[in-house]
Amino acid sequence: MMTTVTMTVNGKSVSETVEGRTLLSTLLRDDLRLTGTHIGCDTSQCGACVVHVNGKAVKSCTMFAIEAQGAEVSTIEGQANADGSLNVIQQAFQDHHGLQCGFCTPGMVMTTASLLKENPKPTEAEVRTYLEGNICRCTGYHNIVKAIMAASGQDVSSIAAEQLIS
Amino acid sequence: MYAFDIERPTSVADAVAALKDQDAQALGGGQTLIPTLKQRLAAPSKLVSLTNIADLQGIANDGDTLRIGGAVTHATVAAEVRLTYPALADLASHIGDPAVRNRGTISGSLANNDPSACYPAVALASGATIITNTRAIAADDYFQGMFTTALDDGEIVTAVSMPIPEKANYQKFVQPASRFALVGVFVAKFAGGVRVAVTGASNEGVHRWAEAEAALTADFSAVAIAGLTVSADNLIADLHGSPEYRAHLVKVMTGRAVAAAS
Ligand SMILES: Cc1cc2nc3c(=O)[nH]c(=O)nc-3n(C[C@H](O)[C@H](O)[C@H](O)COP(=O)(O)OP(=O)(O)OC[C@H]3O[C@@H](n4cnc5c(N)ncnc54)[C@H](O)[C@@H]3O)c2cc1C
Ligand code: FES
Ligand code: FES
Repeated sequence: MMTTVTMTVNGKSVSETVEGRTLLSTLLRDDLRLTGTHIGCDTSQCGACVVHVNGKAVKSCTMFAIEAQGAEVSTIEGQANADGSLNVIQQAFQDHHGLQCGFCTPGMVMTTASLLKENPKPTEAEVRTYLEGNICRCTGYHNIVKAIMAASGQDVSSIAAEQLIS
Repeated sequence: MYAFDIERPTSVADAVAALKDQDAQALGGGQTLIPTLKQRLAAPSKLVSLTNIADLQGIANDGDTLRIGGAVTHATVAAEVRLTYPALADLASHIGDPAVRNRGTISGSLANNDPSACYPAVALASGATIITNTRAIAADDYFQGMFTTALDDGEIVTAVSMPIPEKANYQKFVQPASRFALVGVFVAKFAGGVRVAVTGASNEGVHRWAEAEAALTADFSAVAIAGLTVSADNLIADLHGSPEYRAHLVKVMTGRAVAAAS
């Protein structure tokens, strides 16, 4: 049975016809062509597909599109500043080399946005714990952690990544 | 996934009615069920979502007991019981990762009864009562072995009534790939005695450790269990740990939980 589902995605109202089994990630990527939300594992492990639903980070590969009926959804495509420049988190990832291939980055940025909303000045340990559900195969995490600490306005000169490099 | 329809009722009565259809299945946060559906290990004709029902939300506190709505997420438990039942908040805040905690629900965990899950341990150690649309089931009768519970087909967990202990602590030895417990031990001290529940260890799923309960009721200190041994019989063997390793961890984690209980 096909059902029409209506939600707000990055501030715009959208309506799509979906099956029961259509995942939120499928609606975003295939129907809305918002392919910034990545599918790394499709088994709820990697966090590349993290988006916000009503302000909360969720794995969009592990939620049905119908369950987002009436919700406010934000994806990586809605994160830049109004003038198109990178937001604070995105800019910090660029400045601190928080990405290599970039596959995990949309999920990392969305998870970071949740973290900093809940805890604006996290410790390095809190950052690492919060990233438990976001897997990166390239960076070894140090520069991601550094980028997040920088995005929170904290001094990054003394964090582990720096000590290892110097 | 095979095809199915999803209903999102707004009352328990409508959900129970919808679940009467053959091959209908309850959908909580989907953090276990959706991966299962993707592997085609389940083929329901219809999913009945329980996350849009106001009566299944909210946490009430009557002083001695918490009443947690059936569809309350791990994140909500972690945030709301920090002062009333800190060991429960701590357990909830270490389930999976933030995104899993924002969707996964207490009843989904209790209904699934994964042998390595965290909630069965706190429910059993606290002497919780599992409240369904038809009855109230004591935790001691509810858990019936790995992935098995006392729930009947179409019966839904509407709330969990969780007595608040004087002191409690949960020690989870994390299996880092799955983020479940390789072994987890929940110790709860009540005026009437101590209850110890072990998860992750046994082929029978979550269970109580009677000898430790007796020793700790007599003397609530880590030394009290020093002389006890845990048998490796019927403990889980997998690539992450042998039965003997798990038996060792049960005792170590119990001692740590007692030492950390507050
Ligand atoms: C990456 C990852 C890490 C995880 N780590 C942990 C961990 O460390 N510890 C841990 O304990 N768990 C862990 N989990 C599991 C998580 O806690 C799940 O949320 C939970 O087991 C299932 O809850 P759910 O609400 O998502 O249920 P669902 O997946 O929706 O449902 C699970 C089962 O319960 C049934 N069900 C759901 N709600 C009800 C109800 N109210 N009444 C009757 N039956 C119902 C469903 O029909 C289904 O059979 C992890 C999951 C993931 C993906
Ligand atoms: S694609 Fe969703 S968690 Fe990996
Ligand atoms: S940058 Fe390649 S996976 Fe993280």
